[in-house]
Amino acid sequence: MTRYILQRLLGMLAVMFTVVTIVFIIVRIAPGDPAAVMLGPDATPADIAALRTRLGLDQPLVVQYLFFLGQLIKGDLGQSIFLDMPVTRALAERAEPTFFLTLFSILIASAIALPVGILSAYKRGTLFDQTVTTFAMFAASIPSFWLGLVLIQVFAVRLGWFPVAGYGGPDASFLTRLSHLVLPAVALGVVSSALITRFTRASMLDVLNDDYVRTARSKGMGEFRVVMKHAFKNALIPVLTVIGLTAALLVSGAVVTETVFSLPGVGNLVVSAVLRRDYPVIQGALLVIAAIYVLINFGIDMLYILIDPRVRY
Amino acid sequence: MAAVLSAPSPLTATLPEDVVLRAEDLHTHFIVGERAAKSVDGVTLTVRRGETLAVVGESGSGKSVTSLSIMRLLAHPGRIVRGKILYRMRDGTVVDLATLPEKRMRAIRGKEIAMIFQEPMTSLNPLYTVGDQIMEMIRLHEPVSRHEARQRARQMLELVEIPAAEKRLDQYPHEMSGGMRQRVMIALALSCNPALLIADEPTTALDVTIQAQILDLMRRLQRDIGMSILFITHNLGVVAEIAHEVAVMYAGRVVEQAPVEALFARPRHPYTKGLLACIPNPERDRAADGARLMLNPIPGNVPSVLNLPPGCTYAPRCPLVEPRCEGEAPGLVPAGPGHLSRCFRHELL
Amino acid sequence: MAAVSIAPAPRITTLILQRKTLAIGLAVILAIALFALLAPLIAPYAPNKLSIVNRLKPPSGTYFFGTDEFGRDIFSRTIYAGRLSLTVGAAATVFAGVIGITLGLVAGFFRRADTVIARIVDAMMAFPDILLAIALVAALGPSLATVIVALGIVYAPRLARIVRASTLVIRELPYVEAARALGVPTWRIMTRHVLRNLVSPILVQATFIFAYAMLAEASLSFLGVGVSPEIPTWGTMIASGRQYVGQADWMTIFPGVAIILSVLSLQLVGDGLRDLLDPRLRKDL
Repeated sequence: MTRYILQRLLGMLAVMFTVVTIVFIIVRIAPGDPAAVMLGPDATPADIAALRTRLGLDQPLVVQYLFFLGQLIKGDLGQSIFLDMPVTRALAERAEPTFFLTLFSILIASAIALPVGILSAYKRGTLFDQTVTTFAMFAASIPSFWLGLVLIQVFAVRLGWFPVAGYGGPDASFLTRLSHLVLPAVALGVVSSALITRFTRASMLDVLNDDYVRTARSKGMGEFRVVMKHAFKNALIPVLTVIGLTAALLVSGAVVTETVFSLPGVGNLVVSAVLRRDYPVIQGALLVIAAIYVLINFGIDMLYILIDPRVRY
Repeated sequence: MAAVLSAPSPLTATLPEDVVLRAEDLHTHFIVGERAAKSVDGVTLTVRRGETLAVVGESGSGKSVTSLSIMRLLAHPGRIVRGKILYRMRDGTVVDLATLPEKRMRAIRGKEIAMIFQEPMTSLNPLYTVGDQIMEMIRLHEPVSRHEARQRARQMLELVEIPAAEKRLDQYPHEMSGGMRQRVMIALALSCNPALLIADEPTTALDVTIQAQILDLMRRLQRDIGMSILFITHNLGVVAEIAHEVAVMYAGRVVEQAPVEALFARPRHPYTKGLLACIPNPERDRAADGARLMLNPIPGNVPSVLNLPPGCTYAPRCPLVEPRCEGEAPGLVPAGPGHLSRCFRHELL
Repeated sequence: MAAVSIAPAPRITTLILQRKTLAIGLAVILAIALFALLAPLIAPYAPNKLSIVNRLKPPSGTYFFGTDEFGRDIFSRTIYAGRLSLTVGAAATVFAGVIGITLGLVAGFFRRADTVIARIVDAMMAFPDILLAIALVAALGPSLATVIVALGIVYAPRLARIVRASTLVIRELPYVEAARALGVPTWRIMTRHVLRNLVSPILVQATFIFAYAMLAEASLSFLGVGVSPEIPTWGTMIASGRQYVGQADWMTIFPGVAIILSVLSLQLVGDGLRDLLDPRLRKDL
């Protein structure tokens, strides 16, 4: 077990290291001089040179890279060009809506996908199953931002059940903030439930034919218990992996959904940073989001330990 | 009140006292669209109290489907379309498993009839300890505490001769060898003291020495506990070791049934005869170089159950075939004391 | 197990049904492509023709899908926008194919390259797809070509993974080993033996990438970090409709339906192809 955890930990570090390098490269492949781009056409050569020095752009690439790594280890993601604050602070201020949005949409997606996927596999070939398969494909084709707008049209504008946009302002109570997250979380959850449903169904189909499921039936146990205790727990292992992969989908979705609902989250920050070419913020946000994704998947690797004794060994 | 509930059913009289299970003219089909695969096509079998009936056949002969029909564990789209499966419960009443409601069937599975399977490596759930899986069975059928169930589970592991039973209870299937897992499966199956054990190729996946140990164990347990066994196998060598009575299946039908000695002494169906010739016999088969064993496989293949020949299903491979065999299906007729054969020409054998 | 060998493996009815979905998917995506191609003939108005008098008109006989805030005809714009969306999707898929297949083959054949490539591919897949695309577009500057390149890079790892995995298997096959022993050049083995075996899975995956790329392009356009807003795309149309939610819902509904129809039909085609080309790939997904 210790070996398994170490292995995963090392794997995670290796991926993170590569991610860091890729982020470094992406930000530096920008054609032209980033300093000049950032300052716009009116900048004087002196301004540009000053900014280049400030950003360390006058150093050789290798030196820049090592400096970048060194700063990173210290937890310093640099200074935002437009926000007049460190990138870490900008990210921290916007972390809450993104975190809860991602969390709630995972919960909504799983709450839809797991029961529907299980039942669909159990009733394979029936009208119910075919309807689910079709709907799952349909849901996977809906852009989350479009679904968000439709939800706003119906539930915010027409029915007035939920706020249209924003996060309730700086003094909003937690409950108010939550009410702002309902529609975006539903939009994101529904869209990402499609993938989880399909996977739950597929891995349940695999498992339902397994010998130990037949053994469980031969013991004289009820179907519900056979399916949930014996089949589903086994199917959960691949499904968890997919939920981990879906986290990527959710984070991407969050970037777009936050824009639709004007939520002041990390996604919104990234988009405005891209539009303003605020490279330190783009770089920091990319790193943080990739790190969250890698961490979620590490967490899922650790969940396997709880479920699968073969890993615990 | 209990007397009222277990009032003798009209079926009780139809089954002789010493018979535990009798399948009568059982038909199990796998129906896909317009086509029906007649996997079991009119099988009649009798298992006597305390005895072992071995059902022998190649893969595709319908022997496994027969056992799954009895347990009512057929996978979709399999269905029992005709016939009866009469079973004598331990209280003496007789029920027809073919039509019993699923809820009552559940009380029978595990408690009255238990089953072990071919693949010990995959028949246990990898995510639960061996102890949990046995205890689950006990607590499904009997109102005992966890503690009692655990004691019982440990006793079961001791019964199947697993050393360090207490420690094994907390192990997972992947920590055990195939032979050990099959012992666990047997312990699991016997934990509620069933009257009938259905063993579907329980030794096929094991190597020869382990196979012999498991067969020994099953024989001993039968003697000690007095249960009946329905033993499904394709291996006539195994049959010789464990069976009292043998039914040979071919293409969904029983083609010969006899006490084990009679069957080996004088098979009365050309298929059985062919199968017996397949058993490697070192004295007979030793080739000139003195090393290689010759096998005598039956030429041809088992016909597809989707498309059975009209007459005798064995006719296309039969050395004794005559024109009549291809037009008319032979019935199961007496061919000696307690001996039945589905062949027009059984006297020639 | 006898029961398993007797029951036919795939259900025939489902198979037919899935072929039917393949046919439907193909028909829909071809229809969309045809509309886009023949846009100048079909569209009743020029896509950028302004008509301030007719701004924000609901759908009617004159304006099938209504008009936007500048009085432009949504129906005509939706048809024209399909040109760009389909082009970006197709081009990004081809680009992803070229990079992904090359990387996959190299990784599968050369052990030393494999460790590096596999690591990079893993890390690339750790980036949420749209985010990586946004970052790349930000770095390269927004333009049509950038979006295509960015989406190509984003989706290349998926193909690289498939190709690498299959290459690793195929290179160990006896006839490939024999070819190597006979001194057949590696690149020829790759193209002759490996690629030929990979046509089906690549085609299937490419169809899905096409669908995802169109979805991603729509997101980029919606965020305003995609192709220049001068050219109508479904994403930009929805973005401008966002200001008029509750007032002119048709501005968002119709381009959205166009996206859903395209992506859905491509997914149907992908599923159908998977069944048709390689029954072994059937995963009941």
